[in-house]
Amino acid sequence: MIGRNRLLPQTSAGWAALAAGAVALALLPLFAPAYYVGLVTTAMIAAMLALSLHLLVGGAGLVSLGHGAFYGLAAYTVFLMSPEGAPRPIWQTLPAAMLVAGLAALVVGALSLRTKGFFFLMVTLACGQMIFAIFHDTRLGGGADGAYLAKPLLSIFGFTLDPLSLPRAERGWPVYYVALVQLTATYLALALLLRSLFGSVLEGIRVNESRMEAMGFNTGRYKLAAFVIAGVLAGAAGHMWSLYSGFVNPEVVGWRQSAEALLMILLGGIGALVGAVVGAFAFVALGEIAQMITSRQLLVEGLAILAAVVLLRDGFMGLKPPWRGARSPRGGGRESALR
Amino acid sequence: MSIAIFLSQILNGLQYGLLLFLIASGLTLIFGVLGVINLAHGSLFMIGAYVAFLVVKASGSLWLALPACVVVGLALGALLERFLFRYFYNREHLDQVLLTFALILIFEELRSLLVGNDFHSVPVPAALDFSVPITAGFSYAAYRLVVIGVCLALAAALFWWIERTKMGAIVRAAAEKPEMVDVLGIDARRVHMTVFAVGAALALAAGGLAAPLTSVYPNMGDGLLIVSFVVVVIGGFGSVSGAFWAALLVGLIDTLGKAYGSAFSGAAAGGLGAALPAMSIYMVMILVLVLRPSGLFGGRS
Amino acid sequence: MTGSRAGPAAVLATEGLTKYFGRLAAVRDVTLALRVNALHAVIGPNGAGKSTFVDLLSGRLRPSQGRVLLEGRDVSGAPAWRMARLGVARSFQRTNIFKPLSVLENVRLAAQAVRLPIARLLSTPPRQTALIEAARRALERVGLADAERSVAGALSHGAQRQLEIAMTLAIEPKVLLLDEPLAGMGQEESERMAALLKSLAREHAVLLIEHDMDFVFKVADQMTVLVEGAALATGSPAEVRANKAVQTAYLGAQA
Repeated sequence: MIGRNRLLPQTSAGWAALAAGAVALALLPLFAPAYYVGLVTTAMIAAMLALSLHLLVGGAGLVSLGHGAFYGLAAYTVFLMSPEGAPRPIWQTLPAAMLVAGLAALVVGALSLRTKGFFFLMVTLACGQMIFAIFHDTRLGGGADGAYLAKPLLSIFGFTLDPLSLPRAERGWPVYYVALVQLTATYLALALLLRSLFGSVLEGIRVNESRMEAMGFNTGRYKLAAFVIAGVLAGAAGHMWSLYSGFVNPEVVGWRQSAEALLMILLGGIGALVGAVVGAFAFVALGEIAQMITSRQLLVEGLAILAAVVLLRDGFMGLKPPWRGARSPRGGGRESALR
Repeated sequence: MSIAIFLSQILNGLQYGLLLFLIASGLTLIFGVLGVINLAHGSLFMIGAYVAFLVVKASGSLWLALPACVVVGLALGALLERFLFRYFYNREHLDQVLLTFALILIFEELRSLLVGNDFHSVPVPAALDFSVPITAGFSYAAYRLVVIGVCLALAAALFWWIERTKMGAIVRAAAEKPEMVDVLGIDARRVHMTVFAVGAALALAAGGLAAPLTSVYPNMGDGLLIVSFVVVVIGGFGSVSGAFWAALLVGLIDTLGKAYGSAFSGAAAGGLGAALPAMSIYMVMILVLVLRPSGLFGGRS
Repeated sequence: MTGSRAGPAAVLATEGLTKYFGRLAAVRDVTLALRVNALHAVIGPNGAGKSTFVDLLSGRLRPSQGRVLLEGRDVSGAPAWRMARLGVARSFQRTNIFKPLSVLENVRLAAQAVRLPIARLLSTPPRQTALIEAARRALERVGLADAERSVAGALSHGAQRQLEIAMTLAIEPKVLLLDEPLAGMGQEESERMAALLKSLAREHAVLLIEHDMDFVFKVADQMTVLVEGAALATGSPAEVRANKAVQTAYLGAQA
């Protein structure tokens, strides 16, 4: 068990499967129509956000309802730096977006980590809503309607790649590959973090925080570090969103964004880091399938989520089927959440 | 800043706060007694508004709408508890959040299927479509006064039920100490269903009352949902009286803040000051959670 | 009542330690001193405030009044993690190990808390031989060296209690606060634990909370009787046994 983290592949076969997945993604644009290249790009962006949240949820046991705010904040940072018509190179926008997201995470984390369990959930929600209010109620980011931004320029060492200079079928490729590289880098960075001693401390905090404290770990500091790292990574994902979509609106900092990220982790399985990626892809696929079957897309999604929450129970409560007898409320569930 | 405008803003704040109370009281009872975070409560508000819209469309009378909302609310709440929420009492809060989030989506789509996505206005009953003069030079919409009155009546009814009836006493005790319900050998399931039904009925009633004021439209419950959570936190989980005062506080801060905030911050509407009312409410919520989790007005942590 | 004698300086001492929960005084004005080679037991009926007292010493709770002194320095109110780093280790009444992890991993994690410089934070566990060595030493000391690969949750209850103690030793503490280490143990395991505790007391200042009266009288060099949060008597086992107030309040007629 030493040197491994239960969130990472436990065998070389597992790592090989991950590598194969990355290769498949790399080859996809060669075979798939442009529409699907764009779709998979959105899935990869969602996966990056879900991965960053998984560091908190699966890695440290911190369930946050305000994580989407760092994602959206990064996108708004890109907008503020490069509004429509005034683009900037990616090597300026990406670090700036990540920095702003990280600073916000530092402030929010310092405040919210003073609480635990359900209260932590509520404080993160409130902080996210404050950020939402800033962009929804003021003209700073175009108000409730949002605004178009100038997509960051893909330039490096003076050489700029303009997607419009490519044939139509390949215009989505540069952004696709940037997203793929970023997704892979995010996963590897998290894997490195989780395998290390830092990761084992987080695991200890997740399993038994008061014991960790009694042993001499300043658990608050470790949680804050994880929170900020997660915020920075969410910021990177938000930057990718702005690069792909070209606009911002308050929905990207809203609580629904945070709830969706939580959902993706649940869909993919809390027990593995790659579950965030799987869940993100599943969520996007679900939306597509729903659209193909019926115009009632949200209904299908809602029912699917319902089914998932009811049936997919891995990790948290063990394997007890929830339909076998109703229990009285406020039992172990609340205690374990509040720890 | 004339007195007339100030008075009307105060009344608006009261009215908003009282509607908030109806929603938040159900939310706080559901969390206090059942331990469930119900994100779908805002959807119940929306359902109430649409029920009122349909009743008015069918019968032309808003007077029928309110009882209809209450009846539908009681039924819907009981059904939801019996067939869905009952199985989630022991689950992690994460699961409850996601479950009720799914419900929001489902309710929105069902509404879309049944009634469509259009913006609909609901006419104020002709009998109430006038302004009541309160002072020389200031009059206030009669319907809004009625809303305030009905909300206060419903609040009084709720308090009476909790303080004076046997079931209400059980609910009140259970909100403080949920374990007591089992220990006393009371049929816990009836208590749970009652709490859910009452909570839902209040939310639908709020929606029905609000329909003529705000019109009915998709996602109308969203904004109120989060603010209701703020009220529950500030008032103290499980405390109905706490929710009452917290709702009034929040309603007044929000309304007065929006009306006068730009004057204080010096920024024009749309400038940074416009976000202050919302931000200050969330700030209070955060401070309460961090410093005094049991709420400002009682309730327990 | 300090019950102090001329002898080695106290490693951990309290002066008038008091803790209120609302209006209830869970611990009232308790003064005692812990020394090396003088195993100090705290006994008392259920609810007497023993666990609260340990929480105050370990930093899990802040005192309402009074002081906690570590080697003469006032450390009152220091949080649990700082107390641990200063050398005050505690075990828990209900087994508080990391059940999904292996025995060695549990103790390594404990060792990591005080030994790890930030620069090494990103390295992977197998490389940290110093930590693993420290963990193995602690396991050896309690007699669990053979079980290092077992999953902690799968151990017998007695072995889990031993693991608890190993985890406290991993940080090489000056003070050991042991909250009912015998809980749930059988006769033979208790004897082993008695021997272990006596040997530990030779190197560390040990405070022991226990219910089992015979065990306490056998093992302790000093005793304090806590009733309703206050120290009724402090002294050697013989002195305490002879104390009239203690007899009536706690030991009953069979003292």
